[in-house]
Amino acid sequence: MDNFLALLEGFSVAMQPMYLLYALGGVLVGTAVGVLPGIGPAMTVALLMPITYSLDPTAAIIVFAGIYYGGMYGGSTTSILLNTPGESASIVTALEGNKMAKAGRGAAALATAAIGSFIAGTVATVLLSFVAPFVAEFAVQIGPTEYVALMIVAFLTVGALLGASVLRGLASLALGLFIALIGVDALTAQQRYTFGNPFLADGIDVVLVAVALFAVGEALYVASRLRHGPVKVIPVAGRWTSWMRKEDWKRSWKPWLRGTFIGFPVGTIPAGGADVATFLSYASERKLAKGERKKQFGKGAIEGVAGPESANNAAAAGVLVPLLTLGIPTTATAAMMLVAFQRYNIQPGPLLFEVEGALVWALIASLYVGNLMLLVLNLPLVGIWVKILQIPRPYLYSGILVFAAMGAFSVNFTPVDVFVLLVVGVLGFFMRRYGYPIAPMVVGLILGPIFEDQLRRSLAISQGDPVALVSTPIAATIYVILIVIFVLSFWLKKRQQAMESEVVEEAPLAVADRKEG
Amino acid sequence: MSAVVLGYVPNALGDAAAKAAVDEAHRRGASLVVVNTTRADRLVDPAYADDDDMSRLQETLQGTGVDFTVHHGTSRDTAAEDVLDAAERNSAELIVIGLRHRTPVGKLIMGSTAQSILLGARCNVLAVKA
Repeated sequence: MDNFLALLEGFSVAMQPMYLLYALGGVLVGTAVGVLPGIGPAMTVALLMPITYSLDPTAAIIVFAGIYYGGMYGGSTTSILLNTPGESASIVTALEGNKMAKAGRGAAALATAAIGSFIAGTVATVLLSFVAPFVAEFAVQIGPTEYVALMIVAFLTVGALLGASVLRGLASLALGLFIALIGVDALTAQQRYTFGNPFLADGIDVVLVAVALFAVGEALYVASRLRHGPVKVIPVAGRWTSWMRKEDWKRSWKPWLRGTFIGFPVGTIPAGGADVATFLSYASERKLAKGERKKQFGKGAIEGVAGPESANNAAAAGVLVPLLTLGIPTTATAAMMLVAFQRYNIQPGPLLFEVEGALVWALIASLYVGNLMLLVLNLPLVGIWVKILQIPRPYLYSGILVFAAMGAFSVNFTPVDVFVLLVVGVLGFFMRRYGYPIAPMVVGLILGPIFEDQLRRSLAISQGDPVALVSTPIAATIYVILIVIFVLSFWLKKRQQAMESEVVEEAPLAVADRKEG
Repeated sequence: MSAVVLGYVPNALGDAAAKAAVDEAHRRGASLVVVNTTRADRLVDPAYADDDDMSRLQETLQGTGVDFTVHHGTSRDTAAEDVLDAAERNSAELIVIGLRHRTPVGKLIMGSTAQSILLGARCNVLAVKA
């Protein structure tokens, strides 16, 4: 009951006109970047972070949450109308959605995607409202040893599972941990890896690295790789109110709910975020379809749009559970939101619900609001989203780079930061080029100092006995859960890859370059 | 033989321009050069005709009995530069384009193909209004 009251309290904050405007801005920007291939929510949050310093934490977090949810909606539009997924969680949607559009049913595909996203987003946010406080209650009981265990879970899952290759993920994580070490040691005040350079004594700002990797590196990479010629947009006929026929509703509602209940749990475990959930949902819809409808799969089955689109939004909400309760980001965008929390001196982690309850509940309430906005905005505004795709790419990239440089400069108002940005940005480009995921590096950088602090503290308590790290019951349980998550996640990944190769054989698909969402 | 260059876009305006270009080519006894190119620097380029559009246009043109060549595809240059190039190469006596209203902001940001052609052409330009 307490939680329900807290949620109402959150609504009273999120419904203030100013915050409603911020939420609106967030979902608009989010949808726009979701529509554009090569630009994702993680990059956008990174770019906006320096600009949002002047906002109060609640406003900034509401904007970021709007971007996060909006990105999930926007991706489906490009998938359906152009067969070019705007972000990785919409790849599956393109399979059936584009076929539907080609058959003149594009409007129904867009509608089922938007309504499904809304239902899934709302149901998953309800689930989040109930599950998160429960997890948080457990989380406050943990001490340094358990914290170390949690961090190891975060490192290993993010490092090993957020990319195609475990080894590269861990290498990227190690790089992040190393950069986190640069600067003055918090406990002994010794300088580490600063080479006597006063600029390095403060350490390298997380925001700087995040902007460099997600904005500069990604923009350079996408600019060098993504060269899609002009694609024909399939026109959408009719008024948007007449888009869903009675039969479409009948065929869609079950996949919507199934997608929700597949997506949410998958989102909460660090298995690679929303795209795994979409593949699972698609596979199950195809398996469950019978007779005539089964034959429709691959030729434009509405279930194949409704299910995955709900699953990706539900997963987006699921990702927030470990983020808000344990401070563990499981996707690139979640990592960026964690950076945002830290920026405002909000320590992500078990105490977040206790200490920053008002903020967290306002965030959750704004998710409900944002979802509703997205539903209302998305259907009538499809034309505008498609127009965004006419922007010449050089404009976009130069805009991103200028924005990134400006943001970097505004962190401390020193030109050195811009230099660091460029160096790390070029590094980020080569990491992307050679298949090293960049999210683990950012996660390592964020959680590294917390991890070090807790590790040294627990070793100090146990007087240097490492066995203490695994001997408490909760820590041991966490390690066991870690193993379970790993097995589960690898199984999911395997299923996804099997599905992917099967599907690609069936229908060669113009998949936009995969990016970390 | 003299030539008329048509800057084509796949919409009603482009078709009107095509019709005017055919009339001019007939009147002058000239051949027709159809230009439609894209720099492929954006995901959606509504001014670029796909293969279906082009074959439809070619069918229409064949019906008119005008001698024509088509310059269609991806190019490094802007559409305006390609039209002007084609005019120069064929020493055209007329360029035919469609002209539509643009907002000042749109023109500032995206530039105007029609304006570049009008100002850059060495021959007369016929601007068709749909």
